[in-house]
Amino acid sequence: MKKEVILSGFGGQGVMSIGKNLVEAAVVEDLEASWVPSYGPEMRGGTANCTVIISDERIGAPLVESPSEIIAMNRAALAKFEPAVAPGGTVFVNSSIIPDKVSREDVKAVYVPCDEIAAELGNSKVANMVMLGAYVAATGALKQETIETMIAEMFTGKKAKLVPLNLKALHRGMECGRSA
Amino acid sequence: MKREIWKGSEAIAEAAIRAGCRCFFGYPITPQNEIPEYMSLHMPQRGGVFVQAESEVAAVNMVYGAAASGVRAMTSSSSPGVSLKQEGISYMAACQLPAVVVNVMRGGPGLGSIQPAQGDYFQATRGGGNGDYRTVTLAPANIQEAVDLTQEAFDIADQYRNPVVLLADGLIGQMMEPIVWKERTPRPLPEKTWAACGRGSRDHNNFITSLLIDAPACEAHNLDLAKKTAEMEKNECRWEEILLDDAEVVLVAYGTPSRVAQTAAENLRKQGIKAGVFRPITVWPYPYARLREIAARESVKVFLDVEMSLGQMLDDVHLAVAERKPVRFYGRCGGAIPHVSEVEGAALEAWKEVK
Repeated sequence: MKKEVILSGFGGQGVMSIGKNLVEAAVVEDLEASWVPSYGPEMRGGTANCTVIISDERIGAPLVESPSEIIAMNRAALAKFEPAVAPGGTVFVNSSIIPDKVSREDVKAVYVPCDEIAAELGNSKVANMVMLGAYVAATGALKQETIETMIAEMFTGKKAKLVPLNLKALHRGMECGRSA
Repeated sequence: MKREIWKGSEAIAEAAIRAGCRCFFGYPITPQNEIPEYMSLHMPQRGGVFVQAESEVAAVNMVYGAAASGVRAMTSSSSPGVSLKQEGISYMAACQLPAVVVNVMRGGPGLGSIQPAQGDYFQATRGGGNGDYRTVTLAPANIQEAVDLTQEAFDIADQYRNPVVLLADGLIGQMMEPIVWKERTPRPLPEKTWAACGRGSRDHNNFITSLLIDAPACEAHNLDLAKKTAEMEKNECRWEEILLDDAEVVLVAYGTPSRVAQTAAENLRKQGIKAGVFRPITVWPYPYARLREIAARESVKVFLDVEMSLGQMLDDVHLAVAERKPVRFYGRCGGAIPHVSEVEGAALEAWKEVK
């Protein structure tokens, strides 16, 4: 098993954060994992990305040319990374703010209205969790229970009250991922 | 043991504290700012000292002072900043002071770029400052190794009373991977009877200087240092061999490029080409002897040196291979990271030349 994912979106959309979540969950499942941020002279409000690899073997190159999946949280992310996806791979699109459709026919497209679902749940910050749910359900890369446990452990103390909200966002995303 | 996810730079900082480092002096520079950031929070909590100095030169001289008093001390920076520290490193080597210097390399020369590179290889492996000295130079290729080597760096420094360089590239500094905090058995180390930490019951003052104004005395001192250099060369060399036993194409790489080379070698094997990777872990002392043995194997046809610089380690590969087999080169620089397909292509080309 090897998943090579590029996650991309505006700074603040939580792409770095769900990338880290994937690594955390992979470690719980005793897999190898790596996370590499893009960093450089980035512009405020610009597009950030990270590369996550999850594998049952030692990870060589931590950057990838043809990811098995991309997660595009904004329009620039889709434009930049769709051409790179490996044939047969999957493109996850935050359809709330990306009006475009995936143009390639040799990849699968999963449209997830992340921001709309987050708004329905009453907190725009969980849009990334919706996407994480969609990714996990559509790829089967990680177990649902692992992600749920991780979310429960992620918010402690005063933030513990955020656990049900994040779980709801995860589950709504999983529905999108499953039906895609 | 529990696996924890750590970012490279923060892991290096925590590893240093766990190894007993109690003085950190630094000056900010990308891509290693997480090291001083981590130290500024944690050093005071763990009984240590953090100072953000006014410059890299000041920081390395603070390390010089702290090391002279016998405490474990460290500084970190990135390429242009490490250039500024060379005076201090030379002085510490001259004064036989143990210290750890971390270089999270970025694109050069000059201010260069802030992305990963390996252009400081010559500086790190050939002494870097003035005079006849070398520093053990450890080059991690993953976060676990960055942790293990950082901790060992302090032991090596104390054992030989010599600065040790941790030579990481920007990618190792920035990426996250799972690691375990292992139970360490520190090396048996001599007492620091030389430390200038107050006379106490001693019948003499310990005096630390690098000035030996009479040539015969200075030469004698150099020859003493050379004995240590020979000991370090004998004892501290390390490397890793990946898919190398039956390899016909040998990729030589350290740090991040060694991981790219590993994936390239795996891909080449799927195409029926026997490729393997020789990965120096110490780039000084360089594993010449082992690489020479590999070059002498009948099965080995060609070498491909891969770097994020323009042919610096290449000199060492040539020294080891010594015309026994052809040596080819592929490098990116200035902050560009070689793609797997590029390395695979270069290896394929090299293989076609000799098959």
